[in-house]
Amino acid sequence: MILARVTGTVVSSHKPRKLEGIAFLLVEKIDPVTMKGKGDFVVAMDSVGAGIGEIVFYVSGSSARFTPVTEGVPTDCSIIAIVDLIEKDGSFTYRKDNTAI
Amino acid sequence: MILGKVVGTVVSSATRIDFPGAGFLLIEKCSQSGELKNDYVVALDLVGAGKGEMVMVSEGSTARETPATVGKPLDAIVVGIVDLIDENEKVVYQK
Repeated sequence: MILARVTGTVVSSHKPRKLEGIAFLLVEKIDPVTMKGKGDFVVAMDSVGAGIGEIVFYVSGSSARFTPVTEGVPTDCSIIAIVDLIEKDGSFTYRKDNTAI
Repeated sequence: MILGKVVGTVVSSATRIDFPGAGFLLIEKCSQSGELKNDYVVALDLVGAGKGEMVMVSEGSTARETPATVGKPLDAIVVGIVDLIDENEKVVYQK
């Protein structure tokens, strides 16, 4: 799974019927130490209700079809979790909510 | 499988999937001698790996091939903790 920040949405009205009702999000891969974007973007299907600016991790490849939302859907990239905390070498590089600890 | 070192953890409460194992680890990819590559992957821990340990990470659809992860949306799992690597009859990494 790869860490990324939700930077936008992708809208498509011309798509297979199976994809109707599923949100496409534009996500940018991040460096989990600096939390900066890497300038590398992918379009991911959302299975958790992620919002713009949130840190998420997504699953790619055939495993992207195994979320409750994307079962049997032609996707190769699905957001499976919104990140609350990232801890590296004993310190937090990211905390979604500062009161969480 | 790729080699990586456990450098941290990633915590998420907002997920609709019931994941097995001991949570998600932040893994930094490394060479066989343990040099870090500044490239990170989040992997589900099935073996109870600890901080700083070198581990093997299985990626892709293979991550769903264990009894615990069948049918789960996972593309990276920690499958083993490395004790020793020898390359050309020389030990390049030892735990």
